[in-house]
This record gives sequence, C-alpha cells and structure tokens, in this order.
Amino acid sequence: MARMKFLCDAERCIECNGCVTACKNENEVPWGVNRRRVVTINDGVVGAEKSISVACMHCSDAPCMAVCPVDCFYRTDEGVVLHDKDLCIGCGYCFYACPFGAPQFPQAGAFGLRGKMDKCTFCAGGPEKDLSKEEWQKYGSNRLAQGKLPACAEMCSTKALLGGDGDVIADIYRQRVFKRGKGSEVWGWGTAYGKPDQPKAAPAGAKS
Amino acid sequence: MTTARRLFLAGFALAAAVGLGACGERDQVTVYKQGKYQGKPDTKPWDNDPAANSYPGSKWNKGDKASWESAVKTRNLAQNEYTRAE
Repeated sequence: MARMKFLCDAERCIECNGCVTACKNENEVPWGVNRRRVVTINDGVVGAEKSISVACMHCSDAPCMAVCPVDCFYRTDEGVVLHDKDLCIGCGYCFYACPFGAPQFPQAGAFGLRGKMDKCTFCAGGPEKDLSKEEWQKYGSNRLAQGKLPACAEMCSTKALLGGDGDVIADIYRQRVFKRGKGSEVWGWGTAYGKPDQPKAAPAGAKS
Repeated sequence: MTTARRLFLAGFALAAAVGLGACGERDQVTVYKQGKYQGKPDTKPWDNDPAANSYPGSKWNKGDKASWESAVKTRNLAQNEYTRAE
C-alpha cells in the first residue's frame, strides 16, 4: 500500500461544506477548531470560481514534524501524520511551519491562551488504545481501525474529495480526467462528470 | 628599550591577538537533526478485531495487514462513481 493521501478535485467541489460538517460531526471537534475547511477563489466570477477542501495533507516530509520542539509527531505505516497530545505544549511552531494552516488550537482560557494542538487525523485516531474512550476524547474517531476511510471523503456528494491509498485515488482521478477531455471550455458539468459518449453512426439506409 | 615600553608592546600584542582572534572564518551553518518521536506507541489498525466493532466498515483477519489493506482498497474503490454506475 502506498501512503494515505487526500486529493480534492477543484472542478467538482461545489463549496457545500459537507466535508467540514462531516468532520465536525464524526470527530466532535470543539467550537473554534476546524480540522477541514473549504477555500474558494474568484468567488462569484463565472467560469473562474474554484473551491478546494483543505485539511492536513499528511506530508511525506512534514514540516510540523521538523519544527516540533518536543517531538510529539509521528508517521504511521500508512503514511498518516499524527501527534501525541499528552506531549504537545501548544507552542504553535507547527502552525507557523504548516503551508496549509492545518494545526488548530482551541482557546484554553482567557487572554488568548492556547490549548493543545488539534488537526486532521485522517480519521486514524491517535496514540491511545484503538477505539477507546481516551482515543475518542483526545483525537476523535478512528475509522481506519474499523476498516473505513475518512468521513469527509467518503461522504463527499460530488466525489470531489478523494481520500485513501495514494495509488488508488490517483487512478480514480486519472480515469476522471481522461473522461473529461480537454479544451478551452473545460469547466461546468461536462468537465466535472465527463461528456456522454459519442452516439454510434447510424448504418447506411437506416431510418433516422 | 625600557621596561615600560616592553610591557606596552607585550600588552598591545596580546590585545591584537585576542581582538583579531574573532576574525577567523568558520562554517556557521547549523546542522539540523531530525527529532525522534517521544510519545506513546500507537497500535496498528489491522490489529483490531473487526468482529468486535458494532458498525464494521470492512472485514479482515485480525493482525493480517494484507487483508486489512485489501479490505480498505475495496472500500476505496467505492469512491469511483464511474465503476459504481456500471
């Protein structure tokens, strides 16, 4: 198996925020923390508006791991970047290092005091006993331990957000791109879902 | 040469040696070392018993990584609506 990855298809994302809601619901993420969010550019410009769903990208060479002063990050065999909240000191270095703004910090008190870092776990829980109460309270759901994939990707209504084995989702996306074709008109329904196959030419002499 | 003059020259030489000693060119590039995870060990997803789950997503043999990967791949392919529609 390759590494677990997310892939968001900007041609399909309709900014419904269903992935954000699914993540919030699945992991009961606290108020003020968004493990996943949808970013839109050229909002309202016909043909130029693009949305993309962003969370932790579980980098192969993760900058958060490199800068953490207490070394609380680790990478699982499946390539998922996780962290130990018992070690995290809430310094925020990972937030500054991350190019995606994935690390989130719950407000732990008055005067903007930061709590321990929280981020997307690829629905893989954390370093507690799998499917235990402690794991649930600290890290949220562990769907990989149930043979499932992240809730955000599995429930995406347009299948813009793909999540899972990098090779598998790359194959899915490749097939999609081949189906779409290319050209200056590559936006809209035909681009997102592919154009219907060309009807076969009617045989000579047949009634039209 | 008077003693005072000798002392002055010796002091000057010493001060020059100390002062110019900082002018040497040394490699000042920091070598960063990759940290090592200091937290608790995590269990593998395939070490869980799928039968113990109230809402099982896939079926695999407990402890068998290959069967877990196969089960997750099958579920992964469900994200391809082209094959689902066929």
